[in-house]
Order: sequence, then C-alpha cells, then structure tokens
Amino acid sequence: MEPAATTPSFSIDRIRASFPALEREVGGKPVAYLDSGASSQRALASIEAVDRYERRHHANVHRGSHTMSAEATAAYEGARATVADHLGAADRRELIFVRNATEAINLVARAWGDANIGSGDRIVLTIMEHHSNIVPWQQLAERTGAVIDWVGVDQLGCLLESELDAALARGPKLVAVTHLSNVLGTLNPIAEIAAKAHAVGALILIDGAQAAAKIPVDVGELGVDFYAITGHKIYGPTGIGALWARLELLKEMPPFLGGGSMIRKVTTAGSTYADPPARFEAGTPAISQAIGLAAAIRWLDGLGMEVARAHEREITAYAMSSLAEVPDLRIFGPPASPERLGPVSFQLEGIHGHDVAEILDRHGVAVRSGHHCAHPLMEHLGVPATARASFGIYTTDEEIDRLVIGLADARRIFNG
Amino acid sequence: MVMDELYRDQILEHYKRPHNFGRLEDFDLDYEDTNPLCGDEQHVYIKLDEDGRVSDVSFEGQGCAISTAATSLLTDELEGLTREELIRIPKEEVLELLGIQISATRMKCAMLGVKVVKSAALGEPADWEDEGRQGDPSDPSRSGL
Repeated sequence: MEPAATTPSFSIDRIRASFPALEREVGGKPVAYLDSGASSQRALASIEAVDRYERRHHANVHRGSHTMSAEATAAYEGARATVADHLGAADRRELIFVRNATEAINLVARAWGDANIGSGDRIVLTIMEHHSNIVPWQQLAERTGAVIDWVGVDQLGCLLESELDAALARGPKLVAVTHLSNVLGTLNPIAEIAAKAHAVGALILIDGAQAAAKIPVDVGELGVDFYAITGHKIYGPTGIGALWARLELLKEMPPFLGGGSMIRKVTTAGSTYADPPARFEAGTPAISQAIGLAAAIRWLDGLGMEVARAHEREITAYAMSSLAEVPDLRIFGPPASPERLGPVSFQLEGIHGHDVAEILDRHGVAVRSGHHCAHPLMEHLGVPATARASFGIYTTDEEIDRLVIGLADARRIFNG
Repeated sequence: MVMDELYRDQILEHYKRPHNFGRLEDFDLDYEDTNPLCGDEQHVYIKLDEDGRVSDVSFEGQGCAISTAATSLLTDELEGLTREELIRIPKEEVLELLGIQISATRMKCAMLGVKVVKSAALGEPADWEDEGRQGDPSDPSRSGL
C-alpha cells in the first residue's frame, strides 16, 4: 500500500520529520506509534517554541513592568488567542488555560455546577464518556443531590437517539458528551444534540480531548456552551489544556480555585474577583506549556484541519479493513464511514489486551491496552479490556501493516 | 529477552488452564481487588484449618497471561501457611515462581494475586509491591535503566 496521500500538498514524510520522537527505535525497529489517543507525539515547532521561550523570555506573567515579564505576558496571551481561534471562539476571553481536559470539566462542575445545580436537577451523560466526563458530575451529584441520566449506545457504538430524547424530556440542566469516543471512534452529532439540549433549556458541555486534533472545531457552529481540550493530544505539551465557554456564562460563574491572579481586590475582610479569564486562572499558570500548545496548534492549522480530518478518515478506514483480515479479531465501534474516526479498539480471541500490547511492543508497535478510562463502556461491551490503536497526523499505512504482522505473531505465540 | 521467553509454555499453560480457579463454597478469608492500570480483577478465597493454616485456596477473575499465571502458580504454594506467613510472602517468591523477567510496566500484573492474598489475610488492602527503580531513561548520570 502507498502511504496515505490525502492531498497533493500532504507529504507524510515531511510531516513525520516534524516529530523527532518518531525517529527513535523500539525493540530494534523504528517505533510505530499507534497510541496518539492516549498522548500524541510532540511537534518540533512546539518543542522549539518552549525552548526559545525558556532560554530567553521567561518571567512571571501579568506581574511586572519589566521587559521580560512583558514578553512572557505577550507570549502567554498570544497563546490564548491562538487556541481561542483554533476553536472558533468569538472572543479570546472565552478561553481559560487549565492543566488538561479533566481539569476543564472539573472547573465547570465546580464553578458552574455548584452555583446552578440543585437537589433533583438532572444531568445527562452517555456511557461512552471517559471517566473525566463522568466522575466530576458524579461528585457534583453527590454534593447537590442531582440525578444523572445515562444515554446508551446501540450495537454499532452510536448514541441511542431514543434514550437521548427520553433523557432530554426530563428537563435536564446540563448535557455532557464527548465529541469523539476515545474507545469506539464514534463522532457524535454535536450540533444536533446541542440544538436539542437548548430546546429543553439545558446547557451542553463537550469533551473535545480526542476531537480537537482531528477535525475542524468551531464552537459557534456547533452551538455548544462549554468545550474542553487538552494539549498533549494535539501535539503539544502535557500540563496544559483549555476550557472554552461562552463569555456570558463565564461572567456569571464564581471562581474555581482561589489565589493570586484571579482577584480584583483582597482585603482582610474578603476578596473580589477578576473578570474572565483571569478569574479562573489562579496562581502562576503553565506559561511554557501554553506557549508550546499554541505553537503546536499553529503548526497544525498551517497544515489545515480539513487535511487532518481527511488523513484521519483514510488511516482509520485502512486500519479497519486491515484488521478485518486478522482471524479471531473483534473490532469495537461503528463500521467505516466519514463519521467513524480513530481509535480502533479490538480484542483478539483468547488473548488479553495487555499481552497483545506487550507482544506488539516487541515489534516496535505501541498500542494501548486496558479499560481506556471508560469502565461503563467496557461493561456495556462485556469486556474487561481491549487493545486500542489510535492515530495521529503522522500515522502511515506501513505502521498499520506492522500492527497486523504483530497481531499474527501474538496469535502464533498464544495458539501455537 | 526474546518474546517466547516471557510467554513460555509454563506461563501460557497456567493462563489457559489456571490452577485453583473458581470460587470455594466454604471459605474463611476472601478479598477482591483490581489492577487500576488495566482493570484486571481477581478474587481470592481461602479456607483455614483448625490450626489457622491454609487448607484450601481458590481464585477467580479476569486478567492477562502474566496476572493469571502468577496467581495460579502462587495459589499452588499456599497450603499450610498461616495468615502471618501469607502476609510476609516476599515479592521475589512470586517472581521466582514465574521464572521470567518482569518489566516495571508488568509488575502490577505479576503482583496482583499476592496483593489480593495478603489483603485477604490482613482483612484490609495490602500495599502494592515495589515496582523497581524508576528514573529518567536519558539521564546519563543514571545507570542500570
């Protein structure tokens, strides 16, 4: 098979050269990194931006009138604008830097949730959510006496519209749903769900941790209220993520964490709080990481999100057709379609995902195994664990071929 | 290490046909725990005789080849031990029973069974065994990684 050639300008070799870690070897072979759904490799542009900043411009932000602090502040606020633009935000003040998507969702659950959710109020979740979009809501429900309604998935792994409609008919305050399942690769119809949620007076939060690196996201077009992303799944650093929220919601929300930077005035009698976004960014932020995230996003946007989506579709379709040839292999999630992206989760009959991953590692093929932080979905699928191949902008057909060879070896070892 | 050494016949045999697998009808101690990294679950049942020594033991659950084989091998060795002796089973004994080199990433797989056995004996969660030396793999001042 030829490497995926999405458009004439899409050179997989040039893209791979932008990711230094792809040059390394594992088990004596070039690494076939099929674990970008857990964490993508870091773009050279991001590594270099962090390096430049840390070598020359670092100081604390928003605190000094000296040159280096002004430079650091400009870089940090420039990063905010880049990430806000990437998500189609109308105003850069709508973009709050956090540690990761998990923290973004916790921020909403604490700051918005505690102020707006009361006993008997309903929250709608789906069983394909990552634990990061389950546990904060369960904690909120425990604090407030709210009730969670679950939307299941059909046999293909798509949300059950009838269950969504039934849950919405109960008049929830919030719907929290993933844009792209981290196990099934299901791309959910967010604009449609958002319109339905708003029609019953609910707000809607989207976990965009998987989607943001793979498809164009425009929060305005989607018509959502909160959108959470993380940096390390979009070719940037760990320790940085972002929450986008509509400005009028942020203006009404109380702070999340208290401390420096988030105040207007502190007296011994009490404190008043800064406007968004500062109100939600207590303490010295992850300046280097924000700059690294913005550089990764600029690099990706330079390529174009349509190109990224086309590549993801092609590599997913190729992986699914290749894995379908492996005997005794079950693939989870919807069949190939434009709304079916990676990851591709699978189970080899009689071989635990952990052992599959270990054997693949000896072939230099990196996949994740386990429950993928999605216990409710695993229970629904009736499996304790799966192996999962997930892709990035740099994934090649040849790497998928090596996955298939490694799986044949796993079958040989276990079945003789 | 060649791969077939990790998944050598003894390990695969215990994975496919684990010893002492199932639930004891009559037991004095039991405990269930999971490997938080992968979700593997094991439940151990222990019957004690009048001297307080293990007279029967079984386990059930779902796991990978390493965790299943480790617990299968371990449960073969427990008869006659007291609760105090169960609590003091050294990590090295499990590794010796497995007879293969276990990497840091698989150490929890290998140690799930002994953790559950110790927890059953203690009546409360036992600590995980030490996973070995950790550190920056590229740090030139470190050796032995």
